[in-house]
Amino acid sequence: MLSGYSFNDLASIFVMQSFAGLILFSVFLLMALGLAIVFGQMGVINMAHGEFMILGAYTTYVCSYIFAQWMPALFGLYFFIAVILSFIVAGAVGMFLEWSLIRFLYKRPLDTLLATWGVSLILQQIFRSTFGAREVGVTLPDWMMGSWNLSETIQIPINGMIVIAITLLITIVIYGLLYKSGWGKQVRAVMQNRTMAGDVGINTERVDRFTFGLGCGVAGVAGAAFTMIGSTSPTAGQQYIVDTFLVVAFGGTESLGGTIASAFSISQARSILEFFLSGSMAQVLVLLTVIGILMLRPQGLFALKVRR
Amino acid sequence: MDTKSDNDVMNIPALGTPLLDVRGLHVAYGASEVLHGVDLKIGHGEIVVLMGRNGMGKTTLMKSLIGNLPIREGSIFLDGKQITYLPAYKRVEVGLAYVPQGRMIFPTMTVKENIETGLFVRGEKSVPENLYDIFPVLREMGSRRGGNLSGGQQQQLAIARALATRPKVLLLDEPTEGVQPSIIQEMAHTLKKIRDNSGLSIMVSEQVLSFALDIADRILVIEGGNIVHQTTKANVDVDLLTRFLSV
Ligand SMILES: Nc1ncnc2c1ncn2[C@@H]1O[C@H](COP(=O)(O)OP(=O)(O)OP(=O)(O)O)[C@@H](O)[C@H]1O
Ligand SMILES: [Mg+2]
Repeated sequence: MLSGYSFNDLASIFVMQSFAGLILFSVFLLMALGLAIVFGQMGVINMAHGEFMILGAYTTYVCSYIFAQWMPALFGLYFFIAVILSFIVAGAVGMFLEWSLIRFLYKRPLDTLLATWGVSLILQQIFRSTFGAREVGVTLPDWMMGSWNLSETIQIPINGMIVIAITLLITIVIYGLLYKSGWGKQVRAVMQNRTMAGDVGINTERVDRFTFGLGCGVAGVAGAAFTMIGSTSPTAGQQYIVDTFLVVAFGGTESLGGTIASAFSISQARSILEFFLSGSMAQVLVLLTVIGILMLRPQGLFALKVRR
Repeated sequence: MDTKSDNDVMNIPALGTPLLDVRGLHVAYGASEVLHGVDLKIGHGEIVVLMGRNGMGKTTLMKSLIGNLPIREGSIFLDGKQITYLPAYKRVEVGLAYVPQGRMIFPTMTVKENIETGLFVRGEKSVPENLYDIFPVLREMGSRRGGNLSGGQQQQLAIARALATRPKVLLLDEPTEGVQPSIIQEMAHTLKKIRDNSGLSIMVSEQVLSFALDIADRILVIEGGNIVHQTTKANVDVDLLTRFLSV
């Protein structure tokens, strides 16, 4: 598969595909962080997680539309507003969902699976009725369209760098919340032993609601980032949910570092292989590798070593 | 059964209005009832030892007191407040704390973080120094992961975590399980010191008679989900207790 490329070509392809992989990594990572936190704490597999991402994407779309229509002078900045709004909208809908449905199903994992799957269908239908079944895309402001020429054959798109910067920022904030804040300490306690956390006085219901909202909000931000690499449709979230599950299973739900490393390796493998093979072959190859590794280490690649 | 000592208990002057008052508690796992109407009272600053062989219902009683098992019938009052239907974290707010059988510390959190999980309910920020004075080993091991401590150290950690919630009544379920005899004595000493210094009440379930005699103001015996015998330390009949505890 490498024949016909000079060494220089290969190097450039490698750098540019790695960078494309980094944007994919950003989306995967944001999605997986939310899913992993929610699953790790509540044991809830949120089948509607992809729809929360799309909710963020539509929020970004609406935001760009409003800016273009009524505030064209400020259009260059809409994306940053959209990221914040996506977080708030997806987070609020997530908290509402937790309050109205999920919290009644905590002891029944299969029911949550079904219920959140139902929610994903409902959300898709709401998107379809509101925005139509056709794909919508956002126009990027001019300054984000350019690219940065690293060398003659290597170009790095600016929007990609922004997405990566936002992802880094959010990852750092989540890390800080989980490992440095009081809220994070409560989350980790609930994750490790829900009953015992209640027995030492932690209000587990409140912690659950915030955590679920945070997970969904971060998926919303993933959606904002997603508008830069794909077009938004009611069912677009479905394509990402499988990969996200893969990332979470591969990384294990115990450590943030595991999720990051897992998202990174899977997105990079996907992106670089995709250049040489067809997209679905790359997908299959990655999937097989992950399954192979999980057969050897069922707890995920990055589980902590500690007696329990 | 010997019921003479029951009457003694009811007349303990120090008891006054009980701090913890449990009336007619029935608790079941699904269809099988395990506690058949347990009555018990714990006074201010009292140490009560709950004795009973394996499977007699000690853990079930502890769990239903802290709120991990639903109560089918009966009521629990703590400091005059009805807590029968409150979730566990609200009972902790009212003043119960619990050290479960098997300790259940949070394994991947550090020792310090484990203690800090008990601070939220009172809105406190840092671990009170006197906790470290009681358990100096926890200060030394502050940054170790809880799961990597020895059994005895984990037991101290679980007690410290419970004390961090500033309880009125501390519930301990078989704290001596898997702890070597010399440490058991030390633990009895420590628990009494905690009671003397902070005036809280302690209810501890136990199968080791020497520990019970060492620490108790009063001893209850549970058998088949009923309290079948009560005695003050002063009136204790060691032979009778031994018979209750032998199979
Ligand atoms: N989850 C459960 N489901 C059904 N029955 C249970 C459950 N847990 C305990 N039991 C039963 O309830 C009874 C009391 O058990 P419990 O754990 O309270 O005993 P214990 O006095 O704490 O014993 P040990 O000294 O071994 O800890 C036992 O007959 C036990 O089989
Ligand atoms: Mg027990």
